[in-house]
Amino acid sequence: MTTAVDTGTSRREAPYEGPLLDVRDLHVEFVTRDGVAKAVNGVSYSVAAGETLAVLGESGSGKSVTAQAIMGILDMPPARIPRGEIRFRGEDMLGMDKERRRRIRGQKIAMIFQDALSSLNPVLTVGFQLGEMFRAHHKSSRKEAKEKAVELMERVRIPAAKDRVNDYPHQFSGGMRQRIMIAMALALEPDLIIADEPTTALDVTVQAQVMDLLAELQAEFNMGLILITHDLGVVADVADKIAVMYAGRIVETAPVHELYARPAHPYTRGLLDSIPRLDQKGQELYAIKGLPPNLLRIPPGCAFNPRCPRAQAVCRQEVPELFPVTEDDGTELAGRGSACFFWKETLHDR
Amino acid sequence: MPDIHDESSFERHPKPGVDHLDYAGEQGMAVEQETLVEPDPEKREEARSLWGDAWRDLRRRPIFLISAVLILLLIVMAIFPGAFTDADPRKADLVNDYLKRPDWTDFFGAGWFGYDGQGRSIYARVVYGARASITVGIFVTAIVTLLGGLCGMVAGYFGGPVDALLSRIIDIFFGIPLLLGALVLLNAFSTRTVWTVVVALGVLGWTQIARVMRGAVLTVKQADYVMAGRALGAGTGRLMFRHILPNAVAPVIVVATIALGGYIATEATLSFLGIGLQDPTISWGIDISSAQKVIRTAPYVLFFPAAALSITVLAFIMLGDAVRDALDPKLR
Repeated sequence: MTTAVDTGTSRREAPYEGPLLDVRDLHVEFVTRDGVAKAVNGVSYSVAAGETLAVLGESGSGKSVTAQAIMGILDMPPARIPRGEIRFRGEDMLGMDKERRRRIRGQKIAMIFQDALSSLNPVLTVGFQLGEMFRAHHKSSRKEAKEKAVELMERVRIPAAKDRVNDYPHQFSGGMRQRIMIAMALALEPDLIIADEPTTALDVTVQAQVMDLLAELQAEFNMGLILITHDLGVVADVADKIAVMYAGRIVETAPVHELYARPAHPYTRGLLDSIPRLDQKGQELYAIKGLPPNLLRIPPGCAFNPRCPRAQAVCRQEVPELFPVTEDDGTELAGRGSACFFWKETLHDR
Repeated sequence: MPDIHDESSFERHPKPGVDHLDYAGEQGMAVEQETLVEPDPEKREEARSLWGDAWRDLRRRPIFLISAVLILLLIVMAIFPGAFTDADPRKADLVNDYLKRPDWTDFFGAGWFGYDGQGRSIYARVVYGARASITVGIFVTAIVTLLGGLCGMVAGYFGGPVDALLSRIIDIFFGIPLLLGALVLLNAFSTRTVWTVVVALGVLGWTQIARVMRGAVLTVKQADYVMAGRALGAGTGRLMFRHILPNAVAPVIVVATIALGGYIATEATLSFLGIGLQDPTISWGIDISSAQKVIRTAPYVLFFPAAALSITVLAFIMLGDAVRDALDPKLR
């Protein structure tokens, strides 16, 4: 059974062309005492090898839940996936058996978590935890695993890796811990890495270092990377394309620089305007008014309409689909989409 | 727990900044790497785990040291009673030794603590009685920890219907008072050895540990590192025993150590009531029971086995306290 599964993977691996990961119309709900919280409402995105997709959104926009659904680590119940499709190399992830899925986790898709201190087991040494990847997936011996752990720590540039391999997580600084998390995700050279706010818990200076390291390693291994963040600054340098999420939906997709230059959704617009700028010194900082919607009671129509400066009657009645964004003369802008009835106006707004 | 861990290690070991800085340094890794001075391995503080930290803490607690020495002594006494006395605890000489008073000059000899109503050496009986108490204490605790630990782990980890079922079973057993349940259970056996008592107490006592374990697992299960482990492909067994267990076991150890003293006391109580161990076995409980007939004429017959029992129970409870303080300062 084991060998059958393994050959199955390798046979499929080489000839498969197309996106590494393809998420289609994914819905995730949480059944709570107060009702059903619709955390993800029809998210679609895809990532190719070597590509970086940034998923941007506020807390509660469903970006992390989408990632957890892809990894298959949602607690079900209370979570459930009523609709949608997740394909990894063309293979349906939601339908496959648990054991097969467990093998994909870590080996093919790995995840980096936000807070490295709480994501590392406090009672085990980092060397043990790194080595565990090889012991669990490759059945390596203890000694081999330890050697590989040192190798990994060197790869993410932890100084004196050999001496530090037997240290515990709390003996490392925040940046070093996040490097260890990255090392752990990289251990089995996965095809896809999902990084869930990898730099949120770090100092700004360390953030840049960690992001650079991540980008560099991604290029080296030609991995796909999904970068989940709420920080527009982190994304700019490393991402190829961006998907902006709001209330469990993707409201805008665009190549990274186009999104910054010409947003086509009022929400993206608001996000960009609320970044403090040097030339605005002394002026009041723009803030999107109101609060993100309660996921138990998402407003009818466009979920953003109560906060939107552009909202019209139609926004309260109809849910906008993700319209392709074009130039005025009709030339299509590759990879751009906006879930706003007034994307054209928003695009010109400036 | 981890943050406390951090804090305490800081308090206890203010480290010279240099050593620390070398490692924590973030900037210019590539450049610094070459100039980085390899610290003297002697000077570098050894990596400390939760257990390492707890051990460090324990070693400097007088309560721990006293109780540990006492317990060690009792265990040696239980295994090699012959090393403490030459006298035969079952040899009865009613003609010469009937209720003979303690003879303080007979140091470590048969007559040191006096003789009981059947002319047996009380000192020898106190020494030989340790075996029953220690055996009951340790084996009941082992059974209880394994059974309760496993049950609590499974209930806490899987949750849902599994938890509901196991929790109800735990509740049912929890409703049976240990002493009363043991009385009823042991009454069914006409001959009772140490092992009968061990099994009876084990079957009745595991619920406390199961509850503690379940609670601890429920807390630890929420931890990010468990989710991270799952996300990186760890299977159920690995998550349960490698990641959750070491983080959830501290309160279980604490409760088990304290309960150990309780089991010894329960065994003595049962034996005193005549439902526990029976006569060929030497037990402090039995001796206390037979001593009450002569308590007015010869109080020392009661005093020595009772004191031995108290000291033993106290030693284990003190050990439990010390371990709790070291493992989980929050509970203090």
